Amino acid sequence: MPDIKITPLGAGQDVGRSCILLTMGGKNIMLDCGMHMGYNDERRFPDFSYIVPEGPITSQIDCVIISHFHLDHCGALPYMSEMIGYTGPIYMTHPTKAIAPILLEDMRKVAVERKGESNFFTSQMIKDCMKKVTAVTLHQSVMVDNELEIKAYYAGHVLGAAMFWIRVGSQSVVYTGDYNMTPDRHLGAAWIDKCRPDLLITESTYATTIRDSKRCRERDFLKKVHECVEKGGKVLIPVFALGRAQELCILLETYWDRMNLKYPVYFALGLTEKANNYYKMFITWTNQKIRKTFVQRNMFDFKHIKPFDKTYIDNPGAMVVFATPGMLHAGLSLNIFKKWAPYEQNMVIMPGFCVQGTVGHKILNGAKKVEFENRQVVEVKMAVEYMSFSAHADAKGIMQLIQYCEPKNVLLVHGEAQKMEFLKDKIEKEFKISCFMPANGETCVINTPTTIPIDVSLRLLKAEAVRYNAQPPDPKRRRVVNGILCVKDNRLSLLDIDEMCDEIGINRHIIRFTSTVRFEDPGPAIKTAEKLQNLLTEKLEGWTITISEGNISVESVLIKVEGEDDSTKNIYVSWTNQDEDLGSYILGLLQSMVQYSPMKE
Amino acid sequence: MKLYCLSNDAAKPCFVLSFKELLIMLDCGLSSHSVLNFLPLPPVPSTRLASLPNYTPPHHNDPLLEGELKECCGRVFVDSMPEFCPPLDKVVDFSQLDVILISNYTCMLALPFITEDTGFKGQVYATEPTLQIGRFYLEELSEWVCSSGSGSGSAKRWKEAVHVLPAPLADVVRPRAWRRLLAPHHVARALARVRVVGYDEKVDLYGALDATAVSSGFCLGSANWVLRSAHEKVAYVSGSSTLTTHPRPINQAALRGADLLVLAALTQTPAHNPDHMLGDLCVHATVTLRAGGSVLCPVYPSGVLYDLLECLSAHLDTAGLAHVPLYVVSPAAEASLAYSNILAEWVSAGKQARVYLPEEPFPHAALVRAGRLRHARDLHDDSFSADFRQPCVVFCGHPSLRFGAAVHLVELWACNPLHAIIFTEPDFPYTEALAPFQPLSMKAFHCPIDTSLNYSQANKLVRELRPRELALPEQYAAPGPAAAAARPHIAADVPTVVVRRGTARRVGGRRTLARGTLSGSLAARLAPRDLRAGLRAAPLRAALSLRDSRLHVHSPPPGAGGAGGAEAGGRVECGAPDVEALVRELRRAGAEEARVERGADGCIVHLPRHDTLVHVDAHATHVFCEAGADLRLALRQALALTVPTI
Repeated sequence: MPDIKITPLGAGQDVGRSCILLTMGGKNIMLDCGMHMGYNDERRFPDFSYIVPEGPITSQIDCVIISHFHLDHCGALPYMSEMIGYTGPIYMTHPTKAIAPILLEDMRKVAVERKGESNFFTSQMIKDCMKKVTAVTLHQSVMVDNELEIKAYYAGHVLGAAMFWIRVGSQSVVYTGDYNMTPDRHLGAAWIDKCRPDLLITESTYATTIRDSKRCRERDFLKKVHECVEKGGKVLIPVFALGRAQELCILLETYWDRMNLKYPVYFALGLTEKANNYYKMFITWTNQKIRKTFVQRNMFDFKHIKPFDKTYIDNPGAMVVFATPGMLHAGLSLNIFKKWAPYEQNMVIMPGFCVQGTVGHKILNGAKKVEFENRQVVEVKMAVEYMSFSAHADAKGIMQLIQYCEPKNVLLVHGEAQKMEFLKDKIEKEFKISCFMPANGETCVINTPTTIPIDVSLRLLKAEAVRYNAQPPDPKRRRVVNGILCVKDNRLSLLDIDEMCDEIGINRHIIRFTSTVRFEDPGPAIKTAEKLQNLLTEKLEGWTITISEGNISVESVLIKVEGEDDSTKNIYVSWTNQDEDLGSYILGLLQSMVQYSPMKE
Repeated sequence: MKLYCLSNDAAKPCFVLSFKELLIMLDCGLSSHSVLNFLPLPPVPSTRLASLPNYTPPHHNDPLLEGELKECCGRVFVDSMPEFCPPLDKVVDFSQLDVILISNYTCMLALPFITEDTGFKGQVYATEPTLQIGRFYLEELSEWVCSSGSGSGSAKRWKEAVHVLPAPLADVVRPRAWRRLLAPHHVARALARVRVVGYDEKVDLYGALDATAVSSGFCLGSANWVLRSAHEKVAYVSGSSTLTTHPRPINQAALRGADLLVLAALTQTPAHNPDHMLGDLCVHATVTLRAGGSVLCPVYPSGVLYDLLECLSAHLDTAGLAHVPLYVVSPAAEASLAYSNILAEWVSAGKQARVYLPEEPFPHAALVRAGRLRHARDLHDDSFSADFRQPCVVFCGHPSLRFGAAVHLVELWACNPLHAIIFTEPDFPYTEALAPFQPLSMKAFHCPIDTSLNYSQANKLVRELRPRELALPEQYAAPGPAAAAARPHIAADVPTVVVRRGTARRVGGRRTLARGTLSGSLAARLAPRDLRAGLRAAPLRAALSLRDSRLHVHSPPPGAGGAGGAEAGGRVECGAPDVEALVRELRRAGAEEARVERGADGCIVHLPRHDTLVHVDAHATHVFCEAGADLRLALRQALALTVPTI
């Protein structure tokens, strides 16, 4: 039994730092290469020394596949390619290739310039890393080498997010990355065909949640924002520059327009315009509606949303600010948070998941005081709201995906252990397939059934089809062939016996048996033959009996009647060794007929 | 495998391939040469066209023909809705087609004629740009022809009198098969059937084949199709280009080593180098504009237009004519210009790199923003007429000059020798396009830009791809010895099949094997023996299951009936028995009196007491046994032990 081996270096019973090693058919594939937002030390990056303690890593990994541009999925890529020294192929979609370097650069600046970290990759390294990337399009089947094939499917989640189908020989795996099964205001829903992989590796961020309808969540969000600004409060929405931000902007923009509101809405970072440009260029990756209307109206040209300037932080009065990063772990959003947190009329809305260790995670868990590295303590009096707008599939969505692609096994990553446990149970019960959830560094081995490609002779198949179709239809009847299996140059073929003998120059040796039955039956020989045929037709139901020139044949059994009129007839019964059963049965039949024949008297 | 050819225009091909019990249509090009025989349909009523004299053929008296024909400068035109020449519909029953594969948007315009009201039930595959831009072409056509042509009648009578008409009407082939465009809702329905595929995406065709679209380098989203089964490979190369322009370059590797290569849609202007033509065009345009004249380019709404805009705007900049406005007039203009800039995944590497900045891949977006390039749905559109300035360059359709905005502009500018019309599209002979507008004072230049393969490029390509067999439409084959003049043709060192319109030819080799899968558990039970070096074999009796055209070979059900019972598959005799050993075995079984008589080509083993003979020769052993079943079974046993088997 060939195996598929999976070892998560990150995202095993955990969210953040996605990095999964997959081994099948002698190929090693790395799925995502992310960093952990919650750590500032070496735990930030996956433990590459697990793959090879020393020496070059390139020979150990056949390819790296990046599912989307979020840093917890691609953040460690420059580290791996430029600092560890991986030089093999890297695959991602076009939008990911375009946007990932911007986010990486953003993160690098925060890490190096704000936190003063050393031993971090440089801007040049990000550029060099991106040069090694091969961009793929949706559904394109890419042959990494002669045996390894990958194919991307649309995953929703963020612009350019993809699920990857990976095949080596007859084994296949689907890795979802992060995905979203419900279309939102700017992206479509994930889709995959019934590819029946041996294993589905799926994220499980919202393994236990079944989220209420999108519309309710949106209404809720708008209501909260509106109430807050009406009272003169300031609303902080920490977001990542690309992704949810665009959806929330579209949402607020249309609401402000409809309600004719005048409160200022700002979007921090000069990235906005650039980000929206990316959405414009890659509009084929957004949802149907935006694609249809883009010629007339660009959804990403906002009327009400203006760029933010740092001096606005202390401006009096109500405002709404989108600021990066989304988990309040650094940068502008954290600065604004520090200023606004102590006032209770203000509000922070966390529109996405926050990993452990970030300020976002702390305040969501109800922390009323947050302490920072420089011993600064900030009191949190502002309202803290959590709205799950991050586009991950919920439990229902995960089950739906399993139903779409019909995997033989499921493996859960990118989620919390106890939630995974719950979902694992549910999957095993509902689909009757095994489900795995390895922790980081734990290897999971999955057996897959073997199937071997074989070439079957058309002559053999056609002969079988003729036999099969000659019989009355019966869906339960098994179709059986007899042939010779040939193994040549490691390739299998199933050939017809004669064909095989021709091919290899063997003369087939035919063994035939002939016996005679004497039969007193006056009249011409042809009459006797007809009698015999009637008898056989009656006894051998379901067999094809043919008669030509006085000879009766059933399969390879030949029956011949000889003798003058008005005398004893010799009935010769002859059959090949292969038809011994049939031949001896017919012979027996004729012998008993002769014995008990009323004609004998 | 059989290949049918349904189109008489090699540049607008339509083939049907029957392969593995599937009927696969390759392209469905609409030949529009026929429209040149019709009078133009002006978008604005034209007194000149309306007052052209009627034509009546001499010595032919048919009152019904009255008013169907008009004469202009010695040429006769049909005054009617223009008609097109779709693929032949009698050779292949369209309702039996399983799949239509489209290579690019110039080769799909007959799609509604194939799929609508014909009982068609199959699948249509094309790339996303092919579908979108094909939609622009079809919508533009139907808007122009249907909206302005509603007034004119449908002349039919002239088709009965072709023999008495002057050339070129006298030479038209099968005008009765010409059809008018289908209504917009048919077009929409036909396009709704198209399934979108990406480059290098393997599309499974009913389990029998994989079809893959690979980049052909000709235009946005243009594709060559590779059909592959486990043992066969067919490459359909249509509208390919090895030049570097805006689309993704051609993927030749995927086409290599095919069993059959079908070649179609080569260049229509083999004598003109597209690069030189582009240069000429820029020069003619500059000269005309400097002299105060305007330039009209009758073009399609996509394709070479993007290159023209890019090159001409740059050229005008350097020539100090940066103030000259460029206009694109077409119902599809805005959409086409906008759409081309979101196709990052389909353009050349150079253009793709711009997207990462992020900037639009084509410079025409910047030209639009700067106000230099304007687009309008039609001539009386406000955005066009409000700030129309001359001199200018107008790009508009249709290149045949039989309908669309171009008709009106030619009418308007025909008598002014300052203006110029520059033909770039290769589909129509420009003198014929201009015929109904004669006499003409404006300058006319012919700079056809067809980036499709020319004959020497195609010959080189075929040499490199090394197909086992090549199939060509007759236009590309070497002319017969009877032909008056040599013309460029494909001369390849591979067996070549030439298909004529309306005929079918057998192509490719005979299939002998089908691919299936063998279950691991059955494979594990087999113990193949060495027959000779490098070849091992074992008899196999197996169950077949056939689902979705996929064959699976697995363990036979226990005790399943069939010819000869379970053991039969287990032995294949492959040589004469060792007679000495046979006699020994018989003795052991109790038949002690066996006598051996050796003959010329074998021997006879005689068991006189049992009235039994065994004839043994090189190919067969025949047992004549008149004794009971016991002896026969003993003989059988003995033979089994002494005959060599696989």
